[in-house]
Amino acid sequence: MNHLLEVTDLRKEYPLQSGLLGAVMGSRRVVHAVNGVSFVLDEGGSLGLAGESGCGKTTTAKLILKLLHPTAGSIRFAGRDVAGLDGSDLLSYRRQAQFIFQNPYEALNPRFTILRSLLEPLIIHEIGRSIAERVERVAGALDRVHLNPPETFFLKYPHQLSGGQLQRVVIARALLVDPVLLVADEPVSMLDVSIRAGVLNLMRDLSRERKLTTLYISHDLALIRYMCSVTAVMYLGTICEIGPTEEVIEHPRHPYTQALVSAVPDPDPTRPRRPVEIADTVPTPFQLPAGCPFADRCPQVMEVCRHLRPLLLPVDGGVRVACHLYPGSTPRAAEGDGAKLEPN
Amino acid sequence: MSLLEIDTLAVQYHTLHGAVQAVRGVTLSIERGRAVGLVGESGCGKTTLARALIGVLPRNAAIAGGRVRFDGADLLQLSGDALNDYRWRRIAMIPQAAMDSLDPVYRVGDQLVETMRLRGGLTSPQARERAERLFALVGLAPGRLRLYPHELSGGMKQRVVIAMALALEPQLVIADEPVTALDVIVQHQVLRTLRELQETLQLSLLLITHDISVVADLCDDVVVMYAGRIVEAGSVREVFAAPHHPYTMGLRNAFPSLRARSARLVPIEGYPPDLASPPAGCAFAPRCPFAIERCWHDDPALLPTTGGRLAACHRAAEADALRTQAPQAFARLEATGPQSVRSGAPPAGGTL
Amino acid sequence: MSSSERAAALPQWTRATSTWRDALLVTWAVARRDRFALAGLVIYGVLLVVALAAPVVAPYNPQDLNYRPDGEVAADEVPSLPHWLGTTNLGRDIFSQVLFGARAALVVGFVAAFGVVVLGTLVGLFAGYYSGWVDTLLMRLADVAFGIPFLPMAIVLVAFLGPSIWNTVLVMILLLWRDTGRVIRAQVLSLRTRSYVEAARVLGASHLRTMFVHIAPNVLPLSFLYGSLAVGWAILTEATISFLGFGDPNVISWGFMLQDAYNSQAMARHAFYWFVPPGLCIMLAVMAGFFIGRGYEELLFPRLRRR
Repeated sequence: MNHLLEVTDLRKEYPLQSGLLGAVMGSRRVVHAVNGVSFVLDEGGSLGLAGESGCGKTTTAKLILKLLHPTAGSIRFAGRDVAGLDGSDLLSYRRQAQFIFQNPYEALNPRFTILRSLLEPLIIHEIGRSIAERVERVAGALDRVHLNPPETFFLKYPHQLSGGQLQRVVIARALLVDPVLLVADEPVSMLDVSIRAGVLNLMRDLSRERKLTTLYISHDLALIRYMCSVTAVMYLGTICEIGPTEEVIEHPRHPYTQALVSAVPDPDPTRPRRPVEIADTVPTPFQLPAGCPFADRCPQVMEVCRHLRPLLLPVDGGVRVACHLYPGSTPRAAEGDGAKLEPN
Repeated sequence: MSLLEIDTLAVQYHTLHGAVQAVRGVTLSIERGRAVGLVGESGCGKTTLARALIGVLPRNAAIAGGRVRFDGADLLQLSGDALNDYRWRRIAMIPQAAMDSLDPVYRVGDQLVETMRLRGGLTSPQARERAERLFALVGLAPGRLRLYPHELSGGMKQRVVIAMALALEPQLVIADEPVTALDVIVQHQVLRTLRELQETLQLSLLLITHDISVVADLCDDVVVMYAGRIVEAGSVREVFAAPHHPYTMGLRNAFPSLRARSARLVPIEGYPPDLASPPAGCAFAPRCPFAIERCWHDDPALLPTTGGRLAACHRAAEADALRTQAPQAFARLEATGPQSVRSGAPPAGGTL
Repeated sequence: MSSSERAAALPQWTRATSTWRDALLVTWAVARRDRFALAGLVIYGVLLVVALAAPVVAPYNPQDLNYRPDGEVAADEVPSLPHWLGTTNLGRDIFSQVLFGARAALVVGFVAAFGVVVLGTLVGLFAGYYSGWVDTLLMRLADVAFGIPFLPMAIVLVAFLGPSIWNTVLVMILLLWRDTGRVIRAQVLSLRTRSYVEAARVLGASHLRTMFVHIAPNVLPLSFLYGSLAVGWAILTEATISFLGFGDPNVISWGFMLQDAYNSQAMARHAFYWFVPPGLCIMLAVMAGFFIGRGYEELLFPRLRRR
């Protein structure tokens, strides 16, 4: 198996505007949006990044797509460092990695017709010899996302379409350049329940058909269970658990994953509830605890958790967990902090 | 007698494109001490309905007909002080994004005390004492009363808002998407608190949400709205175990479950109708795999089916048979594509 | 639809993909929904026709001295059939001067507004898109421009560069871009983080392409708003400069006419026919600019609209 995407100890910090007082005191406060994330994604694989708002999952996606520059760490795509790409190399990376946005109402230029929006990638990458050929390709792309007949959508503006239709157009646009990696950030969270399944099925079918490698980012574990074979749970900028989706959801090991899984409401009212016993205070990413980021809320917190950050280390079932409850996670003296070991 | 009785309530919005019939004849009653979940997609009229109940509709909206009786009094006939008396002291509302409505320049405790003094006529010491009890009730330490909104997390702010809604001991609390902006774990905890309070204080609760799982988790009864109408109502256990309306049947397979490995999901093809020109027949017919000739021109009424349940479907009597076919039938509709659906023409030959 | 049918429909689809055409459509939409904006457009329309047709319509050359049948210079004539608005103290036909004045107003107003829109939009796009030192540099320049007292500086510059109508226009562009630049920058800052702009980057669009193809059409209506206001400002400023005597002596403008009238004590002689028409014209032209601006504003910020 080839690693298509290798993310190693990725970090992204934002300086915090601390105002006059901060300037006088000389303090530099920093938000650690992504704080040492490592994972690999195999060709044709599907990884779900789960976590709550502010855990750094969207920042991770934008770093991978080179919409942001990492503070430290590396992202390698097909063996090449993404940060160093420019010129024609960058253009070719742009063709290979595509992004599905969370808000379909904002992802298309409001002043472009659908046809114009879909011609854009073809113009940029000089795909198709004539305008007629490009229009053919656009029609084909709309057909593939089940917007039929395609011509009826050509001259529509985004505000004339529903959310579900817009997200299909966004998917069509991403597929026009024949990418190998597709990153989707909460692709259905803005859509109504009854039409979510259509968009999810479409993405699942298309990525199987074209053997795409996919990275889904969502707060919704159920969605990730449906779409992904591997799940990583993020908390405050770090991965606290990663492994085969079934294992992570059926037998969560990290106390945070356990809380997250049992907090998800279930559409079956007869199923008994497992209570969640953790505090509802969320530490902000600029006051990171010295030890485990989850220590303040953890119901099973131990003394060691307060001052030693656990490493993401393998336990059983192909799962890696960053938690001192699992003896492998306690770093030996020689090792520094951060999850240096390569997962999976 | 029920605490709240809504009878064929209709609400219209006047827009540049003509009148939009957001709520089209809703009949619903809420018993004392029950938690009722009102679910539906965006634009189905659930928020409009809630706002109509307490008379806080936007300026371009108007009640076009129907009655609302609360504890015997006709709410729509009240105005001024009498309405305010109901609005704050007997019916409390937790609006969408309520936690952002806390005033950032006052301590949350002062805001709570002020509400009780102005609306409830309590003296300051009385109000202070009650504020502490309310905070304890919603699971906040009394020390938090002295904090400003920005010093509280989202979940805590939402608890403050709940305390505020409960301050004047209402009989009915209407909560509109009370936890939407919060994280899953915090959502769960806030909703638990709300439910526990509803039970201990014997309140009636009308919980409005797009998330059917939240209703399943929290409520006694469920009311499903679609395109301005109620399509199905009944106890949560029964409706989720055996839905009588094709829309509710469709929803069951439309989103993934965390607890069980899902087979392929089945969407409900198509989109809700434009309520500026509502269809003559059943509003769900274009998306319904079970639509028959009659559905296209005859809008079904919300009628009792079995077990004290209500459904608005011409084929409700066949519900048990339809339910077993539902996954395949909706899947067939997905395969034939939305073309036939979008055209809005009745499909030939009744059932697909 | 088969591919041959698509080929036949192609011109129709590609025509509709032009994004800059939208700007004109927006203007039309503004005029259709707002009576004041429509009035403004009508005033500009009349102004344009008058300016173009001035040489044909004007009964006299505005610079020519006119003579009475007896050979005397027809100075200070009151309105009559041959001279509808009378003549100046030197015997020039006032009606013809008013007609020709439309040309100066139009040239100054529109060229200056065009320059302001182009310069301001460019500055705003670059400052907002690149942020960092580009933003700092351009915005400090805008601060400097804001610090300069507009009218005195305009007069000094025109006097320094020489009194010509093009110098007047240049000076106005150099001094008026600041408002447009600031506002466009703010707008670009908020647009830059929109998903569709990020989408353009992910699709591989270069920085310039992102700026001009994806962001610019979305700030254009705002540029137009400031452009239509700039038309009014420019006409007013030109009139002021000319009235104060720093204008181009070879160009008949309404400001120049007012100065002419003022210097020859037309006001004292109650020669309303001389100073009222150019004054009225200035007022109408300036008002038209603001009316259109107001219409744009209501379209862009619907909350301003009265219910």
